[in-house]
Amino acid sequence: MLVIKNLKGAINGKTILKGISLEVKPGEIHAIMGPNGSGKSTLAAVLAGRDIVEVTEGSVLYYGKNLLEMSPEDRSKGGIFLGFQYPIEIPGVSMVNFMKTAVNEHRKHKGLEPLSASDFLKLMREKKELVEIDSKLANRSVNEGFSGGEKKKNEIFQMAMLEPKLAILDETDSGLDIDALRIVANGVNRLKRPDNSAIVITHYQRLLDYIVPDVVHVMYDGRIVKTAGKELALELEEKGYDWIKKEVDNQN
Amino acid sequence: MNGKSEVTETYSGLYTNNISKITAGSSSHINAFRQKAFEKFSQLGVPTRKNETYKYTNLDLFFKHDYKTYFIPDESDFLKAEEFRCDVTDLDAHGVVLVNGFYPTVNGKLRQLPGNITIGSLNEAAKKYPDLIAKHYGKYAQSNSDGLIHLNTAMASDGVFIYVPRGSVLKKPVQVVDLVDSKEDTFNQHRSLIIVEDNAEFTLIICDHTLSPSKFLTNAVTEIHVGENSHFDIIRVQNEHNNACKITHTFIHQERNSHASSNNITLHGGLVRNSTYHYLGGEGAECNSYGLYLTDKWQHVDNFVNVEHASPNCTSNQLFKGVLDEMSTGAFNGRIFVAPDAQGTLAYQKNNNILLTDDAKMDTKPQLEIYANDVKCSHGATVGQLDNNALFYMQSRGIDKRQARLMLMFGFAHEVIQNINVAALRERMDNLVMQRLKGELSRCASCMVKCG
Repeated sequence: MLVIKNLKGAINGKTILKGISLEVKPGEIHAIMGPNGSGKSTLAAVLAGRDIVEVTEGSVLYYGKNLLEMSPEDRSKGGIFLGFQYPIEIPGVSMVNFMKTAVNEHRKHKGLEPLSASDFLKLMREKKELVEIDSKLANRSVNEGFSGGEKKKNEIFQMAMLEPKLAILDETDSGLDIDALRIVANGVNRLKRPDNSAIVITHYQRLLDYIVPDVVHVMYDGRIVKTAGKELALELEEKGYDWIKKEVDNQN
Repeated sequence: MNGKSEVTETYSGLYTNNISKITAGSSSHINAFRQKAFEKFSQLGVPTRKNETYKYTNLDLFFKHDYKTYFIPDESDFLKAEEFRCDVTDLDAHGVVLVNGFYPTVNGKLRQLPGNITIGSLNEAAKKYPDLIAKHYGKYAQSNSDGLIHLNTAMASDGVFIYVPRGSVLKKPVQVVDLVDSKEDTFNQHRSLIIVEDNAEFTLIICDHTLSPSKFLTNAVTEIHVGENSHFDIIRVQNEHNNACKITHTFIHQERNSHASSNNITLHGGLVRNSTYHYLGGEGAECNSYGLYLTDKWQHVDNFVNVEHASPNCTSNQLFKGVLDEMSTGAFNGRIFVAPDAQGTLAYQKNNNILLTDDAKMDTKPQLEIYANDVKCSHGATVGQLDNNALFYMQSRGIDKRQARLMLMFGFAHEVIQNINVAALRERMDNLVMQRLKGELSRCASCMVKCG
């Protein structure tokens, strides 16, 4: 569903991505690990359409279409979801209004009628249970005054509402205590269907105790330097990233 | 400076030429203020940008114009206006219509509402209730240093009078629809007096509208007395065309343990200047001053707020927000004055602005004068753009950019709207603000009055 070829990208003229190639097939869960500053979040930003990243080379095909030419909203409606590392607070915009607008935009894209108010609220209720999110949060402004854990749960809640084909979770585990981590991971697992995929970006192995990846990639200095099965994550947990850094630096 | 400016001369001439006609039609109690006020106006003049509180507003654009008419109605005007029928359908309110600042009826110039509340024409009330007028008229405005207030006192003859006696509670708001309508370019002045006695509760909505495309200049003064333990809200909704200038001066004088709020919502207008004076004259009084302005093209909206903490343990809160598009400009000047013995004062002020273009401009200025030592005071002002991170966040959920911008601006504005206590009006305002932000609001389209 997603084919990335030799992707290079820069922020403010500084090259961050130095040639990423990656293929995600329907149903697969990919984990992208790596030390801080290796370009993981930049890759997520490019895939979601953030314009601060300038793509200088390479291509990204999503179901055969050039993803890089699509607006962020079209990517979303096409089934891509980015779970933000730092979810944004939007004062004055209620969660209900925000999600209702988003869900109905998705429905319009699929040629469906907008949801009635009661059907929408029913859907909200169902999905809120999935991530054990406090009902009161839905009446507040988007992420405003939410705790770190609530913000992350809210990302998974939005994902549940929008039912993406490809979810990109950018360090969803960072800053979570073990209970919140379990809730977030459960949410992701329960939303898993045989044909949808996820890219889970994480710094630590612990999220992968709950979300079992099919493939693990290690990013370092703007490149994917190692790809293997889920056992790679355990090895990293045990040995850290230094041996990989050394391996790469020796090759150069 | 020696001699008066040309503009001040023009308006002094207007006084001299019309004063006999003005005096003939109005009550002696109001006439008694005129000569002194005129002398004060002559001395102070029409404010220029040299006046600190008018630093960012150029009144010349409207004051230098040669208005064909200074509106003083004849009986025939009232008869004509009798035919003018308005049907306030959306809002469950007691309606009052002013045309060019006058109460346009021949009969029934004063009427009674439940709780012995009186509403109607100020000019008529001045004849009928001289004691009330003597007690309150001119009292809250006359020491002010803004020349336009004195020009109003010198020449205005009518406007709205409201008397809410001790202990009266009116659940429904009173809505004053303040229409400006003339085939000729017109200068209007009107004067209102609202007396809310002790332990009373009252909500007033004022809607400023232009009905014809002529050039208009309106200079309006409203004096409000809020008695002990009373609750008073005033909401002003302004929707005038780009060739109209609205200048309002609102004085809210509060007694002990009273609550008052003012909300100035400017949806549309060529040049708007709202001065709101809050006087906290008794211990434990609380006031909220809100404002929202949405501007585009060459529009200019200036809000001046003056909160005077004259007594201990009072609370004040100012929240003004603006969204400025194209080459429109705005100004906010919020003054907080805390008197030496006003200990235990809490005073807050916030002014936030979004500029949608590089050409839009906003000047914002807090002014704090604190002479007491046990005071909690904060102020903050921001002028910025729409938050790109928030826009991207919304887009990444499938909301297109245009819609995301609208939702952000609406959310920004809603913080002011949500303070309106009348639910029907709050919803109506939300709709109007959304229309305005979409660029769909034209003059009159929003009018709550369905004019037949």
